[in-house]
Amino acid sequence: MVDARGYSCPTPVIMVQKAVRDGAPATLEVAVDNQCSVENVTRFARNAGYQVQVSDLAGDFKLTLTK
Amino acid sequence: MEKESFVKRYGLLIGTGLAVGAAAVLLTYLGNPDNMGFCIACFLRDIAGALNLQRAGFDAEVGTGIVQYIRPEIIGLVLGSTAIAFARKEFRPKGGSSPMLRFMIAVFVMIGALVFLGCPLRMVIRIGGGDGNALVGLAGFVIGILIGIQFLTRGFSLRRAHPQSMAEGLAFPVLMLGLLGLLLAAPDFIFFSAKGPGSQAAPVLAALLVALIIGVLAQRSRLCMVGGIRDAVLFRDFRLISAFAAIILAVLIGNLALQKFTPGFTDQPIAHTEWLWNLLGMVLVGWGSVLLGGCPLRQLILAGEGNTDSAVTVTGFIVGAAISHNFGLASSGAGIGTGPVAAAVAAGFVVLAVISVTNMQKLEG
Repeated sequence: MVDARGYSCPTPVIMVQKAVRDGAPATLEVAVDNQCSVENVTRFARNAGYQVQVSDLAGDFKLTLTK
Repeated sequence: MEKESFVKRYGLLIGTGLAVGAAAVLLTYLGNPDNMGFCIACFLRDIAGALNLQRAGFDAEVGTGIVQYIRPEIIGLVLGSTAIAFARKEFRPKGGSSPMLRFMIAVFVMIGALVFLGCPLRMVIRIGGGDGNALVGLAGFVIGILIGIQFLTRGFSLRRAHPQSMAEGLAFPVLMLGLLGLLLAAPDFIFFSAKGPGSQAAPVLAALLVALIIGVLAQRSRLCMVGGIRDAVLFRDFRLISAFAAIILAVLIGNLALQKFTPGFTDQPIAHTEWLWNLLGMVLVGWGSVLLGGCPLRQLILAGEGNTDSAVTVTGFIVGAAISHNFGLASSGAGIGTGPVAAAVAAGFVVLAVISVTNMQKLEG
């Protein structure tokens, strides 16, 4: 899980970009704490060929990225 | 994979950009200084003046400086953001991400902006007005952003923010309400310029309403001048930069319609032609804003959403404006300031470099 809670954009997107580049995992979980980062990570992930599901994570957001 | 439609992808941002551009032209038409319909740096500087933190160009005869006024545009932008953030359950008090470093960066971003004479938003508005000096500023701005990106991709971060209390998150929006009260009550101890740019202002209600609308749109669209260029370079994402272009387009059309479009370098409203300083000032702004995570406008919007790091940043802008004017660092139409401008700008680069280098870390998931 990429835990980007507490970071503001673009840092969460950079963290996801790095995780995708380093391993190109088939699934990746990302935690963020603001709606803006949800939108930005979602957009980045879709462009990288992932499908994105957003769920609640104790008041924050969990994004599940799957190829 | 579903493909996002063009309208869905760009609609809100381009719409917001056009609205900001139109608002800037409208507010100038209603009384704001030329090419300064919206300028976050200038308006925060005016607020610093109204609170007597600076009295640049003080004229004993009228008893005020030339840039002292509580700009309702600032209040409206913040409160518009607060309102829509509450309505959409996005108001989340958080902070603690290196607030003191943010404060210091903000001071130098403001010094840089006042050497150039405008924040990134006014730079764009100046470009739409035909001011060639703003293109020089844009070059500096891009250079600054590219420098900042080098650190971002190497792990620069001001570290995590943490949830804060509702009182902490609301402090800044409430402060804006207080300023609104002072603006409307206009007590003697608050300074309103009798002449100069600070005396040129759109009617309070009009400015407030326009800014509230822009605040809502900017919160929804995440509009950011720095983010536009940053995301285009970093992620090949051209959404934010489309708003940047839309602002220029709307301002250009508005100025053409009002016959206020005057292309050139000399005699531009509230601008100077010292290209090196226009360039260097905006390098500071671009670099510093990347470290802060957004341009001055974006900081206002985030502060409205309960981000107390951004509230500290805006406070840093206000202090930076006071320092700029009290020490002769701010430029004027005649050229750069009479104080130690070179030393201040150099100090800014040193501070940004030290903060950039010492805050690179491995971003552990």
